[in-house]
Amino acid sequence: MAETENLITVKDLTKTYQTGSVEVFALKAISLTINKGEFVAIMGASGSGKSTFMNIVGCLDNPTNGEYLMEGKDVLTRDKDELAELRNSKLGFVFQSFNLLPRTSAQENVELPLLYNNKVEASVRKQKAIEALTSVGLADRLGAMPNELSGGQQQRVAIARALVNAPLIIMADEPTGNLDSKTSYEIMGIFQKLNDEGITVVMVTHEPDIAQFAKSNIVFKDGKIIANHAVKDRKIAMEELKKIANLTDENSTT
Amino acid sequence: MKFFNLFRIAYRSLNRNKLRSFLTMLGIIIGVASVIAMLAIGEGSNQTIQKSIASLGTNSIYIFPGTNANGGVRGGAGSNQTLKLEDADAIAAHCDLVKYVTPLVQRKSQIIFGAKNWNTMIIGIRNDYMLIRSLSITKGSGFSEADQRSAAKVCLVGVTVIFNLFGDENYNPIGQIIRINSIPVKIVGVLAKMGQNTFGQDQDDIVLAPFYTVQKRMMISTDHIGSILASGKSELQVVDAVDQITSLLREKHKIAPSDDIDFTVRTQSELSNIFGSITKVMTILLASIAGISLLVGGIGIMNIMLVSVTERTREIGIRMAIGAKGKDVLFQFVIESILISVVGGIIGIVVGVLAAEMVATFGGWPVVITPLSIILSFGFSSAIGLFFGWYPARKAAALNPIDALRYE
Repeated sequence: MAETENLITVKDLTKTYQTGSVEVFALKAISLTINKGEFVAIMGASGSGKSTFMNIVGCLDNPTNGEYLMEGKDVLTRDKDELAELRNSKLGFVFQSFNLLPRTSAQENVELPLLYNNKVEASVRKQKAIEALTSVGLADRLGAMPNELSGGQQQRVAIARALVNAPLIIMADEPTGNLDSKTSYEIMGIFQKLNDEGITVVMVTHEPDIAQFAKSNIVFKDGKIIANHAVKDRKIAMEELKKIANLTDENSTT
Repeated sequence: MKFFNLFRIAYRSLNRNKLRSFLTMLGIIIGVASVIAMLAIGEGSNQTIQKSIASLGTNSIYIFPGTNANGGVRGGAGSNQTLKLEDADAIAAHCDLVKYVTPLVQRKSQIIFGAKNWNTMIIGIRNDYMLIRSLSITKGSGFSEADQRSAAKVCLVGVTVIFNLFGDENYNPIGQIIRINSIPVKIVGVLAKMGQNTFGQDQDDIVLAPFYTVQKRMMISTDHIGSILASGKSELQVVDAVDQITSLLREKHKIAPSDDIDFTVRTQSELSNIFGSITKVMTILLASIAGISLLVGGIGIMNIMLVSVTERTREIGIRMAIGAKGKDVLFQFVIESILISVVGGIIGIVVGVLAAEMVATFGGWPVVITPLSIILSFGFSSAIGLFFGWYPARKAAALNPIDALRYE
């Protein structure tokens, strides 16, 4: 069991960028293990290397040096196509700017990863997309175009798209960066629910209150991990939302 | 990757950008339509030119008797009487490259109708003559086989003759009896007006009669004939037909290979050459117009696809992040551009055919739509879609996922 619990293991992960003659270190020998069922919030100021780390773990970018194992298997030796398959089947991405395809209905956006997955039959594609959208509470907006949806709804579509191939990990890069706090809490609620169902969540954020919804926090500074601790007083989204609801009720009565 | 999925992805993507897809398609539509219309109009003109050149008699072959040399003094062409009726019959029977053949006898005669008379050329012909010269009859009818066999006293007359004998070109002389060399001959038909030939000779000043009628009733000698007129199966085979006729007559006239022949065979080879070069110029002109318009359409596709790769870099990044492989993106773009060019090609064919029909209906210009032009332009437009879609597609596929995602 111990081995399967080690979902992601990175060792001495280094990333450098060449700007002119100067070599800039984005990541300096990062070593980290993320277990199955974790909910990790990665924090840090901009330029601290947290997004670079996220992109490498998400197989979107390659490190300059280091080792990366997923489920005990080497990732970095794989070629571009194998990485694409890995992203398709094991990873789900949620971005700050939602990154939905414009002029494409919610359902079609969610179907997209299934179209790139050979194992999914055409007959179940629609059904899977509807299931994923239902699980994020958008069963009634299947045919809506992104520009007809609010920011929170767009992010839910993006989460549904990340979910639809039943991934091991959801990688979220500032998922609440463009959302108000109430909607942010709703999104966190969805992540917490998914995490309870066994999906590992890795989330980058610079908002401390959002990080409080995770199980553990990792703090980056200048390309290094300066803190890695479990979250005390973890916030539960459903409770926070109730508090907000009570507040507005009180306001309206007074 | 399932092909159908890629097809669906490409279709959705085109459907999302209807205006852009349509504008790209417009390039191909115009290209294919203009190719088809051009080729139809060109082919129509070509066939019209072919017909009018053929009516000039480019495939006609004239066989004259040879020259007569008497004590070192040589007469001109046809001064010797060496051709006989059986020569014409032998050509008809043995030369398979010859389509029509007729013996000719002719003489200048005075013709009389009532108080008027006129001197004109009387030509004795077989019915093939009408076909070789592309002559048509406006009033009455031609000679029957019975007329030919029985040396019937009938004739066909040209309009100049009618004008001079009856005072009016449009007079209907069918059934009137004219006298040729005091032989009464009935007019059975009027030849369509031909006007002057290239040398200013009035081709309507003519009377045609069945061969035997002229040979037996009007000529002094009945042994020999004036000349033979034949036509080759096609313009291209005229030269070979001439060789066939020459060797046949050489054999019949028992001329040793070392001796000069006692007859002359002539063709209108200059006309054939002109005809050949006109066709060539026409073909080159049409092919270059066709090529240029399709090329422009193809460059239009490449232009839009290139712009669209840049414009959709972020979309490509999203697709790659959720699992699209490089080749998925490549095929998506290639299929998009092939779809555009194939659909554009089909619409272009319809528009082109309609345009050609409109030219035919309203412009009165002859058009001929050949299946080849449709296959050619359609095949070419699909090929262009593939060719010009490939480069932008390669560019899209080579993008790094993270760079594409970060693209603003």
